[in-house]
Amino acid sequence: MTHDFTANEMMTIAAARALTNEDVCFVGIGAPSAACNVARLTHAPDITLIYESGTVGTKPDVLPLSIGDGELCDTALFTVSVPEMFRYWLQGGRITTGFLGGAQIDKFANLNTTVVGPYSHPKVRLPGGGGAPEIASNCGRIFITMALSKRGFVEKLSFITSMGHGEGGDGEGGHGEGGDHRARLGMKTSGPTRVVTDLCILEPDPQTRELTVTSIHKGVTREQIQENCGWPVKFAAQIVETPIPTDTELSVLRDINARTRKAHEAA
Amino acid sequence: MARICSLSQAIEDAVRDGDSVAMEGFTHLIPYAAGHEVIRQGRKDLFLIRMTPDLIYDQLIGAGCARGMKFSWGGNPGVGSLHRFRDAVENQWPRPLEIEEHSHAAMANAYEAGAANLPFATLRGYIGADLPKVNPNIRQVTCPFTGEVLAAVPAIRPDVSIIHAQRADRAGNVLIEGIVGVQKEAVLAARRSIVTVEEIVDELNPPSPNSVVLPGWAVTSVVHVPGGAFPSYAHGYYPRSNAFYIAWDKISRDRDSFQAWIRENVMAARSEDFARYAGKSTANAA
Repeated sequence: MTHDFTANEMMTIAAARALTNEDVCFVGIGAPSAACNVARLTHAPDITLIYESGTVGTKPDVLPLSIGDGELCDTALFTVSVPEMFRYWLQGGRITTGFLGGAQIDKFANLNTTVVGPYSHPKVRLPGGGGAPEIASNCGRIFITMALSKRGFVEKLSFITSMGHGEGGDGEGGHGEGGDHRARLGMKTSGPTRVVTDLCILEPDPQTRELTVTSIHKGVTREQIQENCGWPVKFAAQIVETPIPTDTELSVLRDINARTRKAHEAA
Repeated sequence: MARICSLSQAIEDAVRDGDSVAMEGFTHLIPYAAGHEVIRQGRKDLFLIRMTPDLIYDQLIGAGCARGMKFSWGGNPGVGSLHRFRDAVENQWPRPLEIEEHSHAAMANAYEAGAANLPFATLRGYIGADLPKVNPNIRQVTCPFTGEVLAAVPAIRPDVSIIHAQRADRAGNVLIEGIVGVQKEAVLAARRSIVTVEEIVDELNPPSPNSVVLPGWAVTSVVHVPGGAFPSYAHGYYPRSNAFYIAWDKISRDRDSFQAWIRENVMAARSEDFARYAGKSTANAA
């Protein structure tokens, strides 16, 4: 296959591949929503997609602009109230995977969607956390997808909206408490296990929990990755090249994007 | 029994300067017509409560109706920022806005606690997050049975809650369908409530014994405002105007263009104007 694809298409398709047919996935809006639906329309037809508006087992034909578009309810197996969504299904431990995006991320996969600058007089007021703080702690594992950039991947966050691996972990029992940061706070879930960007895939180091490049997309160099990351990024000992999109993956993604554009312009 | 009346009368009687007001509807069934009537009547110093402020609170904030806001996600869904909200927080325009910020899970639990007449809600929430450091209303409670430390937030008890629904009968019984959000909880948690509806019918005919129905005796006022949720949507009646949500980004970015929009589309308009957006019921066709 020699066809062209964009870095953004590679990102969505690599993110989609992280999901399996057995997943029950809490879907964030935007890039995560595209990835989840590409997974459903390719290798994971039986995946259960859940949006925080209360729609369970939804199969949208076009990507929703908001988490509560009518399309989600029309194609869902059932729809519950928002309190039920967060209490029974999310806090109840029924969700295997949460798929999030974010404005900013740090090397331990903590996310900021709240403010840039001090909270009381922010330089930029972002939308806030929405469902993310409890999605991050209550889902079995978390995938994150966002384009790699110096503004997005920062050394220090102004605000931790949702916790990833906190201050990280160490095998030696640092902080006088031992174990990793999530476990010290009593969380039994895995937290972020994969961050898919437009240039590469990062995964937390098993010991330190620091995000480490494990897969590089075709044609991308290590220098490019470092240039777009706000901290000195680490590369795993074993790095693979991300397989390029297949014809099927690309056509499914382009079709759903085209249907979505048409639907949103018409409305 | 709920009183069936005009929108201007319902707002005049129920919403007072300084009130805490919840206008709910999770992307779906957002009570825009009622929000516009609040702006037209010039209400001041409101403390606004809503999980997702959306365009409706961007409009109320920009119009200077609000002293504060309790919320959990303040963006234009799928589009970007709420520019009037940002201008109030970043530049105190048109006035400073006191904010009390939560997560969705906490807001949903807090509405439910309000409906259940409890003083607070508890959840396994905010773990490792920074919001508890900046919001003194996020505290902790220890489970008396297991010793687990959980998050606690005060129940939401609005002075008045306002929602939009598909239809009501002449006794003011209300049917809500589709994405039902926290509307039932918001009404039951409030001292006073207003429900605007697409249709008033002789027989409510709930499609299932488990349908979401608010009985007329639990609602203060019901108002017939077809199209009243535009540019959000009414499941079974008309779709969300994603095009308007996208257009709002430009309208609201600039203070002058925002004020011109409010003058033309709110101050010089009437609630009946929303009827142009109303669709025919597809659910009730039989």
